[in-house]
Amino acid sequence: MMLLIVLSGFLFSALTRPIGSIFKQALPWVFTALPVLLFIYFCSQIGVVSSGDSLTWTYKWVPSLGLDLVFELNGLSLLFALLITGIGSLVFFYSTYYLKGHAYMDRFYGYLSMFMASMLGVVLSDNLLALFIFWELTSISSFFLIGFNNEDPKSRKSALTALSITGLGGLVLLGGIILLSSIGGTYSFSELLSQRNSILSSSSYCWILVFVFIGSFTKSAQFPFHFWLPGAMKAPTPVSTYLHSATMVKAGIFLLAKMTPLLGGTPAWNHTLMIVGGITMVYAAIHSLFRVDLKGILAYSTISALGILVFLIGVGTEKALLAVGIFILTHALYKAALFLITGIIDYQTGSRDVSQLKGLQHVMKPVAIAGFIAALSSAGFPLFLGFLSKEIMYEATFKYAEIGILLTAAIVLTKIFLLVAGFWAGISPFTGELPENLKATKKPSPILWVPPLLLGVGSVLFGVFPALIEQSLIQPVFANISGLDTSIYLALWHGFNTVLLLSILTLIIGTAIYFQWKPSEGKFARTLRFEKISPQTLLEGFAVGFHTFAGVWTRAVQNGYLRNYVLSILAFLTVIMGYRFYEGVSIYLDWNQLSEITPSEVIVVTLMVISIIFAIVSTSRTASIVALGVVGFANCLFFLFYSAPDLAMTQFSIDTLTVLLFMLVLFKLPKNKIFSSKRIRIRDAVLSVLFGLLIAILTLEVFEEPSVTDISKYYADNAYLLAKGRNVVNVILVDYRGMDTLVETTVLIIAAIGVFSLIKLNLNPSKEQ
Amino acid sequence: MKSLIFRTASIYLLPLLLLFSIFILLRGHYLPGGGFVGGLMAGVAFLIHSFAFGLKETRNIIKINPGFLMPIGLTICVLAALAPWIVSLPLMTGLWFEEPFKFVGMVGSALFFDIGVYLVVVGSTLIIMFTIADTV
Amino acid sequence: MEILLVFIIGLLHAGGLYMLLRRSMFKMIIGLILLGNGANLLIFLIGRLVKGKPPVIDEGLKVFADAYADPLPQALVLTAIVIGFGLQSFAIILIKRVYNVLETDDLDELNSTDEEL
Repeated sequence: MMLLIVLSGFLFSALTRPIGSIFKQALPWVFTALPVLLFIYFCSQIGVVSSGDSLTWTYKWVPSLGLDLVFELNGLSLLFALLITGIGSLVFFYSTYYLKGHAYMDRFYGYLSMFMASMLGVVLSDNLLALFIFWELTSISSFFLIGFNNEDPKSRKSALTALSITGLGGLVLLGGIILLSSIGGTYSFSELLSQRNSILSSSSYCWILVFVFIGSFTKSAQFPFHFWLPGAMKAPTPVSTYLHSATMVKAGIFLLAKMTPLLGGTPAWNHTLMIVGGITMVYAAIHSLFRVDLKGILAYSTISALGILVFLIGVGTEKALLAVGIFILTHALYKAALFLITGIIDYQTGSRDVSQLKGLQHVMKPVAIAGFIAALSSAGFPLFLGFLSKEIMYEATFKYAEIGILLTAAIVLTKIFLLVAGFWAGISPFTGELPENLKATKKPSPILWVPPLLLGVGSVLFGVFPALIEQSLIQPVFANISGLDTSIYLALWHGFNTVLLLSILTLIIGTAIYFQWKPSEGKFARTLRFEKISPQTLLEGFAVGFHTFAGVWTRAVQNGYLRNYVLSILAFLTVIMGYRFYEGVSIYLDWNQLSEITPSEVIVVTLMVISIIFAIVSTSRTASIVALGVVGFANCLFFLFYSAPDLAMTQFSIDTLTVLLFMLVLFKLPKNKIFSSKRIRIRDAVLSVLFGLLIAILTLEVFEEPSVTDISKYYADNAYLLAKGRNVVNVILVDYRGMDTLVETTVLIIAAIGVFSLIKLNLNPSKEQ
Repeated sequence: MKSLIFRTASIYLLPLLLLFSIFILLRGHYLPGGGFVGGLMAGVAFLIHSFAFGLKETRNIIKINPGFLMPIGLTICVLAALAPWIVSLPLMTGLWFEEPFKFVGMVGSALFFDIGVYLVVVGSTLIIMFTIADTV
Repeated sequence: MEILLVFIIGLLHAGGLYMLLRRSMFKMIIGLILLGNGANLLIFLIGRLVKGKPPVIDEGLKVFADAYADPLPQALVLTAIVIGFGLQSFAIILIKRVYNVLETDDLDELNSTDEEL
């Protein structure tokens, strides 16, 4: 069941073509049905999960690698699954109009459902390897979606940046997963959980943290890897809504939340997350004030919100983890709405410049309502869901030991800036006088404005009646993240206290700034001065440098000269073997076991040495070939001396053939020339002598070992009994190892055909004489 | 290579060497020799002949294209390997006639296999030789 | 004798490698053949040297009565020699062909593109 649910998206994506040809124009609606159905399914599971159970499905995939598809539906994964399918439904629905008539509509839906399926896989996988695979699949599908407008070079560049950052992060994450499993002996997360203590005390705990953090930070756009997210806004707005605010970027948060009960609770975990999350949220919040592009504002405020989540996971107290659960939901609801609204404005007016857009409420009332709700929820006005999450957040930081004040100050500051950014995105375009040039703006289609309005309804509904989600959704999420079963409660009214005061202060200061601060091109331009030292520039510089280095390295090593490859391989071999011999080599030759040297043998050896040297140094080709022939015949004599008549005969015939053929072919070639310089020749000679020495020493070492004759003995003993042959060599060839011989004759045939075709084949017919 | 002695010698040398190569092939199972050596011997025999009389003459003597020898030889090898299958024995099991033949001795599937090797080697050698000689 | 053969093997390998590293194609083939000879001899030697006792069962006997030379390396070397012949002839033809087309023996001048062939 669950397998089908997760894979249905992949299935749809793979079948995009056939579906497209069957349903034609109705294709988007067919695809939209998918997330809707999945959403209904997951809603039906709320009851089961909220009672504290978790559902598990297991499918064997690659058991030998410990890679099973184990899907576990618990509180945390259910929340994410609901977001993925719920917001997915809205986005799929919205896009039917937004991309109407686009040439690659089918492709878009194919990518989108692939992404949805990968995302579901990430949040539902219990097996960490499977999680990694789905994790990378989200990066890949988001690459296609960001680069959807593939004719735009900027779009392609952004897609590539996003892919390289998140993909690299994923690879690092894999390192962390493998380390984890090497300690725990399993890839199953639920089994690892029971080994928390051994993992925490292990020496590689620190590395696991680093790897998991890098994986999460790249995915969730944390400082200093945040820059791919604003770039990713090149994607069509529904994609930004879906991937870059509601789901994909939250995968990193999801991973951290999932890992909290396993890896969390240590100072290293808490402090790193607090610092990185803190920097990200403040940095990005300030940045968002300087943008004029609506999507730019939203991108930075999203980064900031992700920073808040990381920060809260870092704070790690019960309240903070509760705030994580609620804020994930809150943020998804209002940020997706804001993105969709931006998309509508962009679609209807063709502009996203916040300093130009005014008074649109006169032409698009429902959109304006959705915008107001989203902005107010983001600001955290009472009676909106944002208020609840903000209260709990403040409470969590305020009560945090000594540095509570500092943390609270940071989060209040962030919240103030985010309020301003939210107002700019959700309120500013709709208020004021409608400028002349926007008078002609048409009323948007309901397909466009219904989704953001629905999200707004959610924000209000859950904000007014928190009981709706308290036990059903948030409680199990909290239980999963914290690993505790403390009961939680969400209340609208906490009484008059410092937190409430801070909350009111946030609203007042934020609103005041909103009325005073006007984003403009000039202010935006000023921020660009800092680009030189931004992480993006530094990382891109690194990438370019790496590319250059790779080029230089390749040119140096892969230079296209075969002999240089041979040279470096053998030089390396000589060095390591030489090192081994340097370490100590034992050659004890038992002179008694060796055969005697007879005068005839001495003559043959002398002859051989002379002819080898002659073959090498001779300048005449003919002389070289003749010397080579002598080497072969001397070889043949050795075989004859030492009881190998078969070999001697074969070597003799082959040698005759080779020398004659060589003569035939090379008769008319010019004299040997010396091409290389003296220095190179000396270098080669030294290496060759060393190599020869190495082989000689190795051979002597072999004599150390007793020779293994079991196989030969079997062959020899049974040669006549089983194979009715007396010549054991021949029996081996045609009987024992007949299959090998069969293949060897085939090789010979191939060589003959090669020779034949090499000569007869005319490479260039036009040159035929 | 136009020496009269060499030519005259070659005329007698070719059949002698060919016979010798077949002799080597057949005795291979009992004494040094076999398909590989025999095939190469035959190759050398033809090469010597072509040195004396030129390639054209050698080709005329062989008549068939040596290229055909290779597939024929390979087929014989494969058949010899498959033969035990028919009597439901594992592949490459040696099958033997009960009684020895005249001149040849015991005949079995291994001998046919060796003949196949012989033909392949002769074929490849000749093909390589002729092709190379053609280019000179 | 083994010591002398080891020396020969070392020499064949050293010479083969040196020739293999030359720019001339002709020398490269010489190197190839030398290396092949060296390797064959090496395998043969590792099977230990036995004088005058070929691995052939005497007439009238069914198993070896006496010591015999190891047949296994011999069988290996035998096929290696034949395959080596195939390789060598292919290489010889290849340089012949290249020489006919480019009229050079220098490997470094083979950096031309296919169109010039």
